[in-house]
Amino acid sequence: MNWRAIRAIYLFEMHRTWRTLMQSVLAPVLSTSLYFVVFGGAIGSRMKDVDGVPYGAFIVPGLIIMQTLTQSVSNASFGIYFPKFVGTIYEVLSAPISFIEVVLGYVGAAATKAILLGLIILVTASLFVPVRIDHPLFMLLFLVATATTFALFGFVIGIWAGNFEQLQMVPLLILTPLSFLGGSFYSLTMLPQPWRTITLFNPVVYLISAFRWSFYSLADVQIGVSLMAILIFMAICLSAAGWMFKTGYKLKT
Amino acid sequence: MAPVLKISNLSKTYATGFTALKQVDLEINKGEIFALLGPNGAGKTTLISIVCGLTYPTTGTVTVDGFDIVKDYRAARDRIGLVPQELKTDAFETVRATVNLSRGLFGKPHDEARVEQVLRSLSLWDKKDSKILALSGGMKRRVMIAKALAHDPQVLFLDEPTAGVDVELRRDMWALVRTLRDQGVTVILTTHYIEEAEEMADRVGVINRGELVLVEDKVELMRKLGKKQLSLQLAAPLAAVPEALAAYGLELAKDGSELVYTYDAKQEHVGIADLIRRLEELGVEFKDLRTHQSSLEDIFLGLLNQPAPAAAAQDIAAQEASA
Repeated sequence: MNWRAIRAIYLFEMHRTWRTLMQSVLAPVLSTSLYFVVFGGAIGSRMKDVDGVPYGAFIVPGLIIMQTLTQSVSNASFGIYFPKFVGTIYEVLSAPISFIEVVLGYVGAAATKAILLGLIILVTASLFVPVRIDHPLFMLLFLVATATTFALFGFVIGIWAGNFEQLQMVPLLILTPLSFLGGSFYSLTMLPQPWRTITLFNPVVYLISAFRWSFYSLADVQIGVSLMAILIFMAICLSAAGWMFKTGYKLKT
Repeated sequence: MAPVLKISNLSKTYATGFTALKQVDLEINKGEIFALLGPNGAGKTTLISIVCGLTYPTTGTVTVDGFDIVKDYRAARDRIGLVPQELKTDAFETVRATVNLSRGLFGKPHDEARVEQVLRSLSLWDKKDSKILALSGGMKRRVMIAKALAHDPQVLFLDEPTAGVDVELRRDMWALVRTLRDQGVTVILTTHYIEEAEEMADRVGVINRGELVLVEDKVELMRKLGKKQLSLQLAAPLAAVPEALAAYGLELAKDGSELVYTYDAKQEHVGIADLIRRLEELGVEFKDLRTHQSSLEDIFLGLLNQPAPAAAAQDIAAQEASA
């Protein structure tokens, strides 16, 4: 393993975060805080508790997952797309690095940023609403798994994207609806049929359900099923990224 | 001595069907400066890209210091530094950060002293904390070279290193290449500027339409293909070359006001004295004369103007046979 290369990519990418602190950390924190003000404070006070959890606190896990997921994808997709766009990718391709090392560097950095962001949002949320974490280790595990999986997904999008529009397209047109309809703001039991069944085809449902369980021991789907779903999605993204590097898809001619 | 770079039967056909390289064989010796000359689209960059791992070959093999670029890609790439033709930089990073990244990518430990050395050798030390986007084009070019040298490669590829570069930087670049050669680094450069190859290279390769037309020691090449011409400005124009001078193979130029004699300066009897004597006998007067030695550029253009590369190769073979 070329550990030094992994470290170099990782630190270089992390440095990009510090340089763009406003955009990569403060903006998502601000927008999440707005959710708490609107849904937690204003509307939440008129909502009934969900399974004994105040509405403002109920939406915390979903919001953290939403932001972690969005940020993992955008960090990782931009992280690999930008060098491709400006051409500096030549150096990575000509260096003595294997596919797995490149992925560890880029995806690792993107996931780290998203995890840090998720934790910052958690701290922010606890300032607004009463947050309780029943299973802290599982909470961390699910946060890491979500960040890693979606950073991989973002990496795949970043390699695939041929222009900035395509880079934005998947997050905006697919991820936003999936995460909004993933149960961030409601429990699946609140949905009428057939939507309750249809919603089970949305992978984000499993993430949010598992993550919320780690907070309040409330789950829409069984934890084992959630974990399986996350692992399957991770395997799919990893094989896609692996295939791309092996064939040089959009990277080499 | 075993070649440091060995290219065998290398071909590249892109997905579009365009064949950029046709069965190229080339060996580069350790420590030499090799110039690859060719017009745009000849296949120079494709050749470099394959060796450096940016492009897949269609057929053929490449070894660097004995290591196959596919099977032993780590060992092979360890030994290579690449300065691409276009300026591709991390615009928002500082010079030092980007050079450190390069070292890391090639698996080398963090070494401030070495980075300082590289930056100083390229007059970049003052700019170490500047963001790259604030640098001039010439400075960016230096940064790219610093990145390529950061991991101490044995073989350095410079793809059009002096395209769009001012005279001062070009001189600096040449000096740098010589220093590198003195340190035992093999330098392979592609260039449009024949002047550059003439100035720097130990050996020259000419590539055209994906075929390596010739590979030759520079001095040898210029000796073999370099011609000398004597031009005589006539006092009165001639309609045709006088019959009596047919043996000299003279040509008339500038509407008959100039008489051109092509000769081989290396021969014992170049025939100039005889020619002038004959001209005097025939009453052909001239008011001025000059001689011209063909440059590598003339040789190069002469090669490219051949109907097909194969013909050029044959010509050279014939010249070699007669030499």
